[in-house]
Amino acid sequence: MYVDRGRELSIMVFLGGLGMVLAVFAPEFYNAKNASDILVNISYITIAAIGMTAVILTAQIDISIGAILAACSTVAGLSAKAGVPIPLVFLYAIATGAAIGLVNGLLVAYARIPSIIVTLGTLTVIRGVIILLTGGTWIYDLPANFRAVGTGTTFGLPNPVWLMLLTLLIGAFVLSHTRWGRSLYAVGSNPAAARLAGINVERTYISVFVLAGALVGLATMAFATRFTTVQSNTGQGFEFLVITAVVVGGTNIFGGSGTVFGSFLGALLVGVTGTALTFLHVSAYWEQALQGLFILLAVALDAARRRGALEGSWVRRLLRRSA
Amino acid sequence: MSLKSRPRTLNIPWSELVLVLGLVIAVLYMNSLSPAFLSLSNFFEITRIVTEVGLMALGMTLVIITGGIDLSVGSVLGLSGITMGFLYTAGLNIWLAALLGVATGALCGWINGQLITRAGIPPLIVTLATLAIFRGLALGISQAHSFGNYPKAFLALGAGYLGPVPNQLFLLVLLALGVGVVLARSTFGRFVYAIGNNPTAARFSGVPVNRVLVWVYTLSGLLAGLAGVIFTARVSSARSDAGIGTELDAITAVVLGGASIAGGSGSVVGTLLGLLLVGVVRNGLTLAFIPAEQQAIIIGAILLVAVLLNQVIRLRLGRN
Repeated sequence: MYVDRGRELSIMVFLGGLGMVLAVFAPEFYNAKNASDILVNISYITIAAIGMTAVILTAQIDISIGAILAACSTVAGLSAKAGVPIPLVFLYAIATGAAIGLVNGLLVAYARIPSIIVTLGTLTVIRGVIILLTGGTWIYDLPANFRAVGTGTTFGLPNPVWLMLLTLLIGAFVLSHTRWGRSLYAVGSNPAAARLAGINVERTYISVFVLAGALVGLATMAFATRFTTVQSNTGQGFEFLVITAVVVGGTNIFGGSGTVFGSFLGALLVGVTGTALTFLHVSAYWEQALQGLFILLAVALDAARRRGALEGSWVRRLLRRSA
Repeated sequence: MSLKSRPRTLNIPWSELVLVLGLVIAVLYMNSLSPAFLSLSNFFEITRIVTEVGLMALGMTLVIITGGIDLSVGSVLGLSGITMGFLYTAGLNIWLAALLGVATGALCGWINGQLITRAGIPPLIVTLATLAIFRGLALGISQAHSFGNYPKAFLALGAGYLGPVPNQLFLLVLLALGVGVVLARSTFGRFVYAIGNNPTAARFSGVPVNRVLVWVYTLSGLLAGLAGVIFTARVSSARSDAGIGTELDAITAVVLGGASIAGGSGSVVGTLLGLLLVGVVRNGLTLAFIPAEQQAIIIGAILLVAVLLNQVIRLRLGRN
């Protein structure tokens, strides 16, 4: 099992640099409220990114999660309005995500269709089904006990942050310390060798898609609950955010290496750059371009590091010192 | 599988036959749904609507054959439209502005190609990042305003007809012929297939892999830039959110056309058939008053069934 800690260091160095710029030009960035806002904003991205990490570790990809988020939010919103007890609401959402993930997984594992195409197809179908079922209308007036889950705090920390930290801890443990978690790295590195080693490769593929779907369902607890409505087009572009967090966080897009903690750092980078630009008084219209540029810089820096292009340079020395 | 270096003899006829069959079934079915469907003018209307995605799909065909992907084309469409609108509003001649819009697209593609080959970052990640950057630039340059008031002569590019034929269809057919011939008959085209089959072997056989890849991505950007100009002429306004999500439409057309997402196979004819199938289904269902969301379900299902069929055929051929 190969874990690339260097990427995590690259991101920390990058975040450190950004932090220094902020300390000089926008010291008001540093306050507890802002830090907590950033963590709340990335919580649902991180939770979904844990599932996506598992998927990408096996050298697959799931671009249907934006549509799954919409499906789970719709199910959660409708059942909460119908008076279903809150724990059951989220159980429904998680089950919805897992069921869609199962379809993705079966198509990838047994029909042998590349996952990017399977999930491109299912994303189209899911969005269609949602609009067909809801008639394209938004779900308004979500009940207070539903919204309390996402807007409330426990021991001073917002609930979504607790949920994120808990999922992160469990995810990190499962990926690095269980037989199933380690089999993901094996399948992603070399599926044929993994098969010879006695791993059921098909079942592994199915399991990661089910997990990804279920975690998107869980993410609705930190997402749909924070707003007063569920919009019919909710979650558009969510897949890009989550995949960005995972690959910026060092998970190899070709499978076999990566960590859950890296994905969290990736999500943090996305969240911090967005907020930092606001504090630096950059026009909101330029935000997306700069954010994309930062992400590209972080990835390019790491690609150069891995090729040894930075050997002997100051960046390299900095990375080594912090290691 | 070892015969993959001769893609014309093995992979293409089957997937294209499946598509032609699908297209015939779709046309017959749509005709039974709506009497307005089977007419020449409606056929041309379909081609008018699908031209922009078609242009992007042409570039995407090359990209996917090399085993890569270009997720940034939708954003390039938006950025080149905005560039053109911005320059025209600033007082530049409309045709010069349009040319610079297309050039912006080519530049975007060139940047993708350089990042992929020089920085060694996988295409999926590079174009995921530039998807955000190019869209962000369009948003930043326009400050979310739209640019309009174009001269009639320019609007004819997207809304004019020559007889019954929409103007942009000539452009699409011409470019499809060009790309098709280059892909199937030129050294460059062979290089594209060779890289998709095995980049390492291609490099050792003397294929200038990096140079070919930069050209392929530049072409993809250029065609998306052209699509941006045509789109602006068709809807007579340039907006920063133009073309969001169209990258997935282009990929759908290419994959429906029988290209393998792993690289090494695919053809322009297949892509055009895939494009037409999606266009026919959408148009026919619209004429039959079937709402867009049901169309989405049907198109998603068609994509999955087509790929499944291709997969079955490929496995059968592999066994024989």
